[in-house]
Amino acid sequence: MACNGTGCQSGCYKDGTGDQDENSSTENKLAADANGVDKHRRHRMTCLKCKAVEATIFTGGDGGGRFCADCFRSNLYGKFKLAVTSNAMISPIDKVLVAFSGGTSSRVALQFVSEMQLKAQKNYDATANRDRSLPVFGVGVAFIDESEIHPVTSAVLDKAVEDIKQIVCSLPPPTKELHVAPISRIYSTKTSDGKQMLQNLMNSVGDATGKDDLLAHLRMLSLQKIAVENGYAKLVIGSCTSRIACHVLAATVKGQGYSLAADIQYADARWEVPVVLPLRDCPLQELNILCSLDSLKIVEIFNEPGAGINGLISSFVKILQEENPSRECTMVRTAGKLTPFPFNRIPEANVDDADLVSQRRQKKFNLKPIESLPPESFCPICNSPMSCYSNPELKPELFRAACCPSCQYQILPDESSSMYQFYSLLPESIIARAKNGNQKWIREKIQDCLLLDEEDEV
Amino acid sequence: MEESHGGDRTRSLLCSICNQRRPALKRPKTLQQICRECFYVVFEEEIHRVIVDNKLFKRGERIAIGASGGKDSTVLAYVMSELNRRHNYGLDLFLLSVDEGITGYRDDSLETVKRNEVQYGLPLKVVSYKDLYGWTMDEIVKMIGLKNNCTFCGVFRRQALDRGAALLKVDKLATGHNADDISETVLLNILRGDIARLSRCTSIITGEDGPIPRCKPFKYTYEKEIKLDYFSTECIYSPNAYRGFAREFIKDLERIRPRAILDIIKSGEDFRIATSTKMPEQGTCQRCGYISSQKWCKACVLLEGLNRGLPKLGIGRTRGVTGERQKDDQQIGVKNLQSKACGSLDF
Repeated sequence: MACNGTGCQSGCYKDGTGDQDENSSTENKLAADANGVDKHRRHRMTCLKCKAVEATIFTGGDGGGRFCADCFRSNLYGKFKLAVTSNAMISPIDKVLVAFSGGTSSRVALQFVSEMQLKAQKNYDATANRDRSLPVFGVGVAFIDESEIHPVTSAVLDKAVEDIKQIVCSLPPPTKELHVAPISRIYSTKTSDGKQMLQNLMNSVGDATGKDDLLAHLRMLSLQKIAVENGYAKLVIGSCTSRIACHVLAATVKGQGYSLAADIQYADARWEVPVVLPLRDCPLQELNILCSLDSLKIVEIFNEPGAGINGLISSFVKILQEENPSRECTMVRTAGKLTPFPFNRIPEANVDDADLVSQRRQKKFNLKPIESLPPESFCPICNSPMSCYSNPELKPELFRAACCPSCQYQILPDESSSMYQFYSLLPESIIARAKNGNQKWIREKIQDCLLLDEEDEV
Repeated sequence: MEESHGGDRTRSLLCSICNQRRPALKRPKTLQQICRECFYVVFEEEIHRVIVDNKLFKRGERIAIGASGGKDSTVLAYVMSELNRRHNYGLDLFLLSVDEGITGYRDDSLETVKRNEVQYGLPLKVVSYKDLYGWTMDEIVKMIGLKNNCTFCGVFRRQALDRGAALLKVDKLATGHNADDISETVLLNILRGDIARLSRCTSIITGEDGPIPRCKPFKYTYEKEIKLDYFSTECIYSPNAYRGFAREFIKDLERIRPRAILDIIKSGEDFRIATSTKMPEQGTCQRCGYISSQKWCKACVLLEGLNRGLPKLGIGRTRGVTGERQKDDQQIGVKNLQSKACGSLDF
């Protein structure tokens, strides 16, 4: 890592621009090559990784990276793969659901997961006749249709869905199931008019930032619902370094310093289906390069820039990144040093015989136990862990007290008279979380200490 | 933008606190419309609560107030002397100023401090760079030019304040850092990856293990509210030092959501940072005896450079020369991010 704390900024920055200056003067380089004079200069132009081919891609990031197309691709895939293997994100018996918004990051996530699956399949085929072969993990794709909140014409929506189907079809084999669900599906089928309730709920939030954040929480609920209903074991989210850097600032600005560490780790098992972020170490800029390099199709729909504070933060981070190409990495690394929560790792699978082989094969060199006490409770709206004892008992009337201060401020209504109305519009999963989410967590924590009936017999 | 939270643009008829007088201002921190009289009451009462709740001072202590002549420290001097009398803290208060030796800038602000001395009846001590180091900032700038001069000024000032406080034999030094300054520091420490400083930059008292602890009674006080009693002077050597990215970002945030400043401070206080995260070990400078993590303190390294005619010594990445790391709160190399790069207004 070139960038390490205080004194780095000027250095890295100069390195970055220096490279670009040199690379722009191709004529000079050719002349130097012809004369065989400037060996050093020629050396500076070759790919950093293979040192054989001329570099054509300049990432500017850590150390002013320059690569040839092949090395760039394998380097980026390497970051993804390292994140997956060292955090036990995907095990061979898993079925994983990739959340696909149509944007760059989730497009690359989808591509990389497919490539990984293809490799696993090839391995399986090659060793199929031996009994030690590993099963191949399954992949599904989910697209959340937000047209109930961001209205688009049906032609635009149909086109987008058609494009997404095309993308999923064009992925390497085996074929992947695509789930397209409107965001109002978070309301149970018993609810006759989920769409209307959803719109009323969103309209009851006055704060632009709060609305934006509530939508993000609901999107996560939708993805969780698809994952649970279809038996997926992991949910892959394509959040890249740039996105996470924005989240670091956003959480800080919203007073969520305590819970921030929970959101930015590779794994997050707070949810019923654990969430994994394999692109945590990949900056958006590199993902963009890959998409144009490999002509990966992007579907632009519902990709509106963040509102309110979220929008302000995105543009601020963009300026910072332009001023220093390592800035986003530094921010994510800083926040990464905050102490994570016990749920920030993939829970150990139940060890049965079928699993043993895969357990043995997994590289989990990064998985140190996280020694910290579980938080007291989780906010029913954003699922943030909270350190305070603000909610001794959870009753519907006390819903406000169960929420984190940030949601209380930017999402819940100011007036207590509007609170009942707001509460009545919430999807069941949020209410359920408010009622029993915390007990479930505590029960899991003390499970080891509980004596089961079977043990009596032994 | 976010009008659901007290962003009512219509002018209320009566002050929302006393319900008697016409409101004269919208309180930046809460957007409440209140009258001038109530503003002074709540403003001073809030600082009193911060002082009491955090046990900033003990009865009988001698306290130096870092006085730059800028708005923050001027208001701090007023509020401290007022609260000390009103609530009978039993403190001996002093004003402590640093004269950097910048003609046309510091002489003006020193006039302000001298006025404060008379106004509030607080004894004033001025320590000058010339006396402590043998150089004025004017002379330093003449030698090294305008680049990097904030480094010298920042390093020298921090040490000068400590030396002045030692001369006054005070127990504590109170500085005028406000909520905006602290939230900016939180952001900068995230941006530059400094987890150790991130863990302690929101502490209201720092340096309790050192000879003279520092405290920040304005930790939760908005700059805008201090500014309501506004007057300011700008450093002539770095006139744009006040225009940092981070500060502009905080101002933009405040416009959308005034409580964001306090939320950033709260985040800073709540970050889960392992207690094993250590600051560099403190030793003492072999030359002047000031606290230092290296053989020589930063000021001595810079001074050596000046005296030997090698002013680049100790500037920027100093790994090669002394292996020295920037120790001061004022960091080199991020001036474009940071607003008060030369700390022109306040200590």
